[in-house]
Amino acid sequence: MTLTSKLLAVTALVAASGASATELEVMHWWTSGGEAAAVNEFAEAFNATGNTWVDAAIAGGDGARAVMVSRLTGGDPMGAFQFNHGRQAEELIEAGLLRDITDIAEAEGWKDIVNPPSLLDSCTVDGRIYCAPVNIHSWQWLWLSHKAYEDAGVAVPTNWAEFVSAGPALAEAGKIPMAMGQQGWQQAGAFSVLIASLLPSEIYNSVYGDKDTDVAGGAEMAMVFKAAADAREMATKSTVQNWNDATALVIKGEAGGQIMGDWAQGEMAVAEVTAGEDYSCLPGLGTNPRLSTGGDAFYFPVLNDEAQTAAQTELARLMLAPETQVAFNLKKGSLPVRGDVDLAAANDCMAKGLALLEEGALLPDVNQLITPDTNEQLKTLFTEFFADASMTPEAAQEEFVKIIGSAD
Amino acid sequence: MASERPNQLFRNGSAKIAAIPMIVTALFVFVGGTVWTVVYSFTKSGLLPRLNWVGLDQYERLWATRKWLVAIENLVIYGFCMLVLVFVIGFVLAALLDQKIRFENTVRTIILYPYALSFVVTGLVWQWILNPEFGVESIVRGWGWESFSFDPLYNADIAIYGVLIAGLWQGSGLVMVLMLAGLRGIDQEVWKAARVDGIPTWKTYIFIVIPMMRPVFITTLVLVVTGIVKLYDLIVAQTGGGPGIATEVPAKYVYDMMFQANNLGQGFAASTMMLVTVALIVIPWAILEFGGSKNRG
Repeated sequence: MTLTSKLLAVTALVAASGASATELEVMHWWTSGGEAAAVNEFAEAFNATGNTWVDAAIAGGDGARAVMVSRLTGGDPMGAFQFNHGRQAEELIEAGLLRDITDIAEAEGWKDIVNPPSLLDSCTVDGRIYCAPVNIHSWQWLWLSHKAYEDAGVAVPTNWAEFVSAGPALAEAGKIPMAMGQQGWQQAGAFSVLIASLLPSEIYNSVYGDKDTDVAGGAEMAMVFKAAADAREMATKSTVQNWNDATALVIKGEAGGQIMGDWAQGEMAVAEVTAGEDYSCLPGLGTNPRLSTGGDAFYFPVLNDEAQTAAQTELARLMLAPETQVAFNLKKGSLPVRGDVDLAAANDCMAKGLALLEEGALLPDVNQLITPDTNEQLKTLFTEFFADASMTPEAAQEEFVKIIGSAD
Repeated sequence: MASERPNQLFRNGSAKIAAIPMIVTALFVFVGGTVWTVVYSFTKSGLLPRLNWVGLDQYERLWATRKWLVAIENLVIYGFCMLVLVFVIGFVLAALLDQKIRFENTVRTIILYPYALSFVVTGLVWQWILNPEFGVESIVRGWGWESFSFDPLYNADIAIYGVLIAGLWQGSGLVMVLMLAGLRGIDQEVWKAARVDGIPTWKTYIFIVIPMMRPVFITTLVLVVTGIVKLYDLIVAQTGGGPGIATEVPAKYVYDMMFQANNLGQGFAASTMMLVTVALIVIPWAILEFGGSKNRG
């Protein structure tokens, strides 16, 4: 079995390198400065194989996913597309629209190199592998602007409690204590960060994983809702919409901090500020250093064209190759999916992430645990909660329990 | 008798044959699509349509969802205000323009111009105008009125009225032009007769001219109402449904459910409810409008 598939893969590779420039349309939603620079690394590496990367970027993950799905279901598949792996692609796989890439994975030995293994598990349905994980993104980071705290005359916080108590001093100095974009995914995301960082892992797992309504309605969770109310108060003056606009507030020192995933690191890199000097980052909000391992993955639709199928194989193999992994992830600010590459150029923040990865202080990503439907409901709840200061934490928790109770 | 029947059916035969593709397309696309949507609204379809029946579950969930209730409430507020105001403003503007003023063409073009802009542009323009940092509020404050506050888009209680302003700005011009055409269609003799009888101008408008303009009013009504029900792009461009969920509308709920939540069943249920609402308004009206005329005729 393994031998045959290896042989098959090798033939496919030979066929691919023999084929003259096959165009492969790749869809993704990496459009901010750091993201675009990172995806360009893939494009260059792919073009170097003699194939042509046709870039089809759509700004905004929500809109992009809608376009991708309608093209797939409408019978006009692209060559490859980015998704957050997890439950988003479940139905597409069940409908047989996506290519089974188990043979490539086995030939390349992904099982042995992908770390943490949960990334590959998220690509696996009924024992078959359907996607190539390309990076590890974690949500649990608090980004702090040194300038904002200096201007306000307080020390840069080292955990969530200090961050909250420094809030009034920042507000007095005319700063926004906490930057937050007014979009549901950011708000719902920040909330799950609070759960993961302020409470033990078991609670995170039983709320999002087991959908345990007793835990979701319990006293510990009530504490997280109070923390969310604190965050709401600190972010009152933050009227920006996009996450990178909020990050820009932190970079410029107009805002104290922001809860955002490690992709914010890419923006820091583009703005050429230095970790540890201009800004600091606290994994697990400094309180409970622990990361969730979500990330991006590429899926390959079933295509009839043989040359394009071969190009897909080439692309999948390339995406996990050590050199591309390093080049891509350094630009993107994310962590590589393979434990065996050397990230000597990693900065302070990435080093912290790598250390946690090695330690195994890891959680599954929310997207791996809940369906897009539940996710949408949570987004609605938290946009409402963060926009409406009259909504009490208790009322929000009651709604939250209802959503978790009806999730599947 | 029997020899005349076929004549009726085949009269204009070529025209009828030419119309067949259109009739088939209309039946297949509109009726077929509607039936399909209603049928699948009783299923638990996720990302892809599938026939796994769940009865009325989707509807139960729909009516238990706050976002949907807020959306309905917003549509009612927006629809009612829009309908009343757009007719009042449109008619008053048309009546003013009808006074044989100078530069009528110029004024008419200026007022109609916003209608040439898409809702997306309208939404963005008004998002900026209503932004407290560089819109109306900052201008008035710049004039010295420091405490002036006008930021409807940032206040959840009145945000929908901020959208309404943009909608009115965009739609009034069209209503005005239609009304003006209607006014021009009124025979000058009517005005002369009214003047001879000594009826004040405003009374002539309300009791004589407006009833005579009934067909124009109905056309305008249909245009305005369809615009209200499909309200979506203005919201997306201007507020994105925010702050919070304060300016959600049913069409946006349908989109969010179908394409963001990957929950087709729920989206279909919501669109079916929109269809039912429209049908509840249109069917009685159509019966009154067209059913009655048979009896009269």
